Amino acid sequence: MRIGVFVCHCGSNIAATVDCPAVAEQAKNLQDVVFTTDTMYTCSEPGQNEIIEAIKEHNLDGVVVASCSPRMHEATFRRALERAGLNRYMLEMANIREHVSWIGKDKERNTVKAFELVSIAAAKLRNNNPLFANKFDVTKRVLVIGGGVAGIQAALDCADAGYQVVMVEREQSIGGKMAKIDKTFPTVDCSSCILGPKMVDVAQHENITLYAMSEVEKIEGYVGNFDVQVRKKATYVNWDDCTGCGACMEKCPSKKNLDAFNEGISKCTAINIPFPQAIPKKAAINPEGCMMLKKGKCGVCAKVCPTKCIDFEQKDEILTEKVGAVIAATGYDMFDHSVYKQYGAGQYPDVITSLQYERLMNASGPTGGHIKRPSDGKEPKKVVFVQCVGSRDPAVGRPYCSGFCCMYTAKQAILTKDHIPDSDSYVFYMDIRSPGKGYDEFTRRAQEQYGVQYLRGRVSMIYPKGDHYVVRGADTLAGTQVEVEADLVVLAVGAESAKNAPALAEKMRISYDSYGFFMEAHPKLKPVETNTAGVYLAGSCVGPRDIPTSVGQGSAAAAKVMTLFSKDKLESDPQVSSVNASRCVGCLKCAKTCPFGAIKEVTDRGGNVKAEVIETVCQGCGICTVTCPQGAIQLQHFTDNQILAEVNALCQAQLDF
Amino acid sequence: MSGSTGLLTEGQDLRIVGFLCNWCSYGGADTAGVARFEQPTDLRVIRVPCSGRIDPLFIARALLSGADGVLVSGCHPRDCHYAEGNFYARRRLEMLKQFLSVTGIDPERFHYTWVSASEGQRWQDVVTSFTERIRKLGPAPKMSGGTGYDEECLKEIAAAVSLGEQCPCHKEKA
Repeated sequence: MRIGVFVCHCGSNIAATVDCPAVAEQAKNLQDVVFTTDTMYTCSEPGQNEIIEAIKEHNLDGVVVASCSPRMHEATFRRALERAGLNRYMLEMANIREHVSWIGKDKERNTVKAFELVSIAAAKLRNNNPLFANKFDVTKRVLVIGGGVAGIQAALDCADAGYQVVMVEREQSIGGKMAKIDKTFPTVDCSSCILGPKMVDVAQHENITLYAMSEVEKIEGYVGNFDVQVRKKATYVNWDDCTGCGACMEKCPSKKNLDAFNEGISKCTAINIPFPQAIPKKAAINPEGCMMLKKGKCGVCAKVCPTKCIDFEQKDEILTEKVGAVIAATGYDMFDHSVYKQYGAGQYPDVITSLQYERLMNASGPTGGHIKRPSDGKEPKKVVFVQCVGSRDPAVGRPYCSGFCCMYTAKQAILTKDHIPDSDSYVFYMDIRSPGKGYDEFTRRAQEQYGVQYLRGRVSMIYPKGDHYVVRGADTLAGTQVEVEADLVVLAVGAESAKNAPALAEKMRISYDSYGFFMEAHPKLKPVETNTAGVYLAGSCVGPRDIPTSVGQGSAAAAKVMTLFSKDKLESDPQVSSVNASRCVGCLKCAKTCPFGAIKEVTDRGGNVKAEVIETVCQGCGICTVTCPQGAIQLQHFTDNQILAEVNALCQAQLDF
Repeated sequence: MSGSTGLLTEGQDLRIVGFLCNWCSYGGADTAGVARFEQPTDLRVIRVPCSGRIDPLFIARALLSGADGVLVSGCHPRDCHYAEGNFYARRRLEMLKQFLSVTGIDPERFHYTWVSASEGQRWQDVVTSFTERIRKLGPAPKMSGGTGYDEECLKEIAAAVSLGEQCPCHKEKA
């Protein structure tokens, strides 16, 4: 074998703490290595050309690149090999950046370590074989999980491109958080006026199948061929017949149920349509409030329903769908401010969250768009906004900035002045974060044009005094303590990951961070991809995002799906298991351990039972390889021989020097 | 260990072999690198697709061939990229731990854990504390003569360890 070794300086990223020329020089002594060099940026065009030229000039049949993580550039260098006519799997990488130069400052030790990583890569490469991909069909349908603005955008883009879309929404209506918001910053557009038409488009698009009140139960399969189980929760209303007339809501005697859409600031009937623009506009019964479901007595809704669509016997339904790609757009939830005991722990009726305040200002909200205190229905004349409640506070496990609270607080302060011209607004803030088109101008407008008082400092305590509240905090610019009397206090609660996000991530086999937000394949360069092929992300499920970013990501994820679907056949990853039939004794332990059912039983010509791998189903985990008592089933590219060669190179290197 | 390479000097690193799954722990080690979380340099990482791909034989081979320590890390239980690979790994590696002392290896030289791709800080902690543990134990006693182990014997151990469903903890995942 003829191996070439390329040691990358990565500018000074590697070269500052690793002696790259020495590593390249030393690598000449490794078995089968016939060419070594060190280059400034191996991934750059001249760097890749150098590899290609060296392959041709020195007749190389294997390449070791010592540079960054293979998670970063393995695909890049594999393509370079292919351009030079080599099989892409004749490449091995030594990670001398993330695992060496960036984590240690001792140049001497780093250089030794870098060389040893090169030597194990070369040892593995000597056991590599060319591998070839198979082709398989792709199901050109996409599952969109979550019907917020990101999911809606993704679904519409895919549907407009001609692909079938299955949208699954947990709540009774799509629209997500944006449907609850009154106005959007910085344009002060009416939120439901710009979102509403998109929601209608989803309902009417011939390529979109919408399952509301549904959750993804299970996802199996692989890119191009996912099998999805959707649990359609019982609504006790036959939605095929429900016209959304609302007659049932008028007559329902159970009127004191928590109104989730209005964030709990009002009550609703047990059978309910959450808001006038709901899509689908269908009624559903809350089993916790319904007398008929709880006690078997009532049934008024069934009597008044003109289409007789009430069905108290309805059960959850499990539906199966076949899709080729999945877009997760599951959004976020609001931080639960009851952990802040000093702010009343959620016990003071007139200390409300920002989203509750949106509902109070919204014309379709419980007060018809008139700002009224929840406690006594009076119009507040002094409103205090407290920012960073559950953001930038390590004490409550939320050290991150939620990003959009500064902006929506400025918007709410402006709107307060519009609604109640003789009111005063105060904002306690830590910093004003307003990067975005027209954003900083907007926060300045709140202060300069609308006279909103901005006080820089945290609030230490909120307590009731008579029929109003006292907000005590610091004014760090004036260097004093301040107390502001307020009729209404609005807490700018931060964003946190959606409930059950980790459980959904596990179903999709993607990673999530310690806060429960989903992880992108690369934070900079692959913001909507995941490490699981065929699963894409959009919107706030990755981290707090404002509306324009969520919409942009929805379109980006849709574009990725369209790219995937632009091919009629996908290439399977040849790094899958394969059975050496002459060693297989037919015990089929491998088939029992395979998590994907990728191993089937076959009988050879002599009537002997053997295992056989279904290549397109195998995901390449290698559990079977370890299980096989005969070593007959080997995961290609990670065979026993390859890994043992690495172990040997590493452990015996010291003896060989 | 003083060699002809000219690269090696006094105050040598110990030989610690890491087997990391590609999806979580290798990513976690990358995350630690990107964040410049400084770590001891003794560890050399071998990348495998899944902790379920790690044959206990690899670890035994490393320890018997002169490794001073072996560190295995995979995805957190229930968060395996391949659904259940780390459950298999956990059973196999737990069994291996019991076997190591039989083969004359201090089980303290072997450790397995779970680190996700986002846990750069945790990876730094894991590497630092394991390296400290191995430094306290010192270099592994060297075998004299031959390869120092019986290949057939190791295979038997590995086969026993990978019994799969006969292992009592198999039911746990169900």
